[in-house]
Amino acid sequence: MAETMTPKVNLGAGKVLADALFPQEAAPNSVCKIDVEKEAAYETALKKEISNKWKRTLTAWLLLAPSLVFLCVFTIYPIVKSVISSFYLDNLSVMQPVFAGLSNYIALFQDKVYWECFWNNLLIAVVTVPISIGLAVAMAMFANSLKWGKAVARLGFTYPTFIPLVAAANIWMFIYTPIYGLLGYINPNWRFLADGKTAIWAVMVMLIWKQAGYIMLFYVAGLHGISRELFEAAKIDGANGLQIFTRVTWPMLKPTTIYVLIITLTNAYKMVDHLYIMTKGGPGNATNVLLFYIYQTGFDYWDTGKASAMTVILVAVLLIVTSICFFVQDKKAYYNN
Amino acid sequence: MDITYSAAKAPMRRRTHHPVPVGKILVYGIMFLLLAVSLIPLIWVVRTAFIPKELTLDLTAIAWPTLENFRRVLAAAPFGKYYGNTIFIVVGVLAIQFILITLAGYAFARIDFYGSKALFVLFLSQLMIAPEVLILPNYSMMAKWGLTDTKIGIMLPFFASAMGTLIVRQTIKIIPYELEEAAKMDGANLFQILWRVYVPLLKPAYISFGMISASFQWNNFLWPLVMTDSVEKRPLSLGLAMFAMSYETGMQWSDVSAATVLVCAPLLILFFVFQRQFMESFMHSGIK
Repeated sequence: MAETMTPKVNLGAGKVLADALFPQEAAPNSVCKIDVEKEAAYETALKKEISNKWKRTLTAWLLLAPSLVFLCVFTIYPIVKSVISSFYLDNLSVMQPVFAGLSNYIALFQDKVYWECFWNNLLIAVVTVPISIGLAVAMAMFANSLKWGKAVARLGFTYPTFIPLVAAANIWMFIYTPIYGLLGYINPNWRFLADGKTAIWAVMVMLIWKQAGYIMLFYVAGLHGISRELFEAAKIDGANGLQIFTRVTWPMLKPTTIYVLIITLTNAYKMVDHLYIMTKGGPGNATNVLLFYIYQTGFDYWDTGKASAMTVILVAVLLIVTSICFFVQDKKAYYNN
Repeated sequence: MDITYSAAKAPMRRRTHHPVPVGKILVYGIMFLLLAVSLIPLIWVVRTAFIPKELTLDLTAIAWPTLENFRRVLAAAPFGKYYGNTIFIVVGVLAIQFILITLAGYAFARIDFYGSKALFVLFLSQLMIAPEVLILPNYSMMAKWGLTDTKIGIMLPFFASAMGTLIVRQTIKIIPYELEEAAKMDGANLFQILWRVYVPLLKPAYISFGMISASFQWNNFLWPLVMTDSVEKRPLSLGLAMFAMSYETGMQWSDVSAATVLVCAPLLILFFVFQRQFMESFMHSGIK
């Protein structure tokens, strides 16, 4: 694949993700940096090392083994297991799981609630991901630009990260409750959470509040990584603030953005704890999402077969959605040196 | 660049600095407003937690802070027990994670070996499909092993961390290889190199990942919810939810607020106190 286009600089996690899908030759970075004197010595050492590759492979696999065991047992195997049990009828009506072919999937496609959850999830992803990322970039740049009070700004934006989602749900209940809630002081008739049309939007406001600060952390780190000379150069060339952002800052933040996209996209499907407190997926199923419906199906109705089929589809959705991030990204963005 | 170009630009640039920068004021105004909006929930819950119960619904009321609400909460639910469980889970998971991500991160950063790419993709898959998505198969596995309603059962799926491995890998790549060479010359073996050379230099990675991972475990809810049956095994997040669910009416807000503050306070205080170190670590570890 596109091996020649990859840079020799360490660009952060986003770049690493890209590397995994667009592999390059893994040469020790430091080799090219040392002076000529050592180079000859290195070359012989390197040759010796290549002959030792099997030995190194053993070492590496041993180092990776503990993580690998847990990864296989709690990520890979459960996926396989879900695929298998999704083909079985396994609920309270049968004593033993019975092979049922695709019937669980067919039942899902006919299940209106499932489709409601599916579209709700899509809406949450489409709305919260770009808004969270946009806000996070703005917040990071704003906090960086402050001459004093930098810490206050960072704390003020970031603290929701460290609050449990269930606690956040409690707090936002106090805000949304009609009449007595904080918004009730503005207009006692607002019932955002009770109205099927507005409930999901009210939930999304909270989700954005919760995760934008987290994303901001990554952008603060990303901004820190851009060399100052680039901004200076752009200023000398007479670029205005907007031009500096679109031509320098945003392209340089691209590796961060890829990583952050994966976090926010998976978050859109993972954040469900608040539903337990706020709406239980209601009113009707207006705020219900896939993972919460899996929980309800699996642990309230004990329909393991159907819940497994939903898990399989959710895993597939997550894989497709995150893979898109890799392939859509523009490899030419990595010109930082 | 020719000189006439920059000379012509120079006075223009100076002129743009003089008038009132409306756009800038507008942007900063919006950002300060956002900051205020972001802070309102915190102020609101802290106020409700500390104000006497009778005054909860009176927005303009001012009173000396009281600990009465907290006293009632602690009497009504075993939050001390919940605290113990959560701290046990957080510390246990972090300890194992630190060891595993150091070993794995080093292997991916420094060793060129057969199967490295395939294994790396396998690790990345955990970033996309987190254990919490797989609650159902993981639960049935735990049930088969008799690990439901145990703390170890809650902790197990999180011992391996793709994110932590990535952060360690990135941070190690920034560390000069010469340091490892020097240690090798001195006859250090692999574990001595890891312990003496890398572990001290990985501090920013440990701090930033530790904070993220600790807050994840502290806040984790759905997995402990399906895993625990008994009150004694519940972590804080679950205890808080159960406590809040037992009050359906708005009249108990002061209690629920106090409980919420109780649950959030340790991490928030930790973050507020070590904000600078945390931010610095975040910038200097491989996360970008």
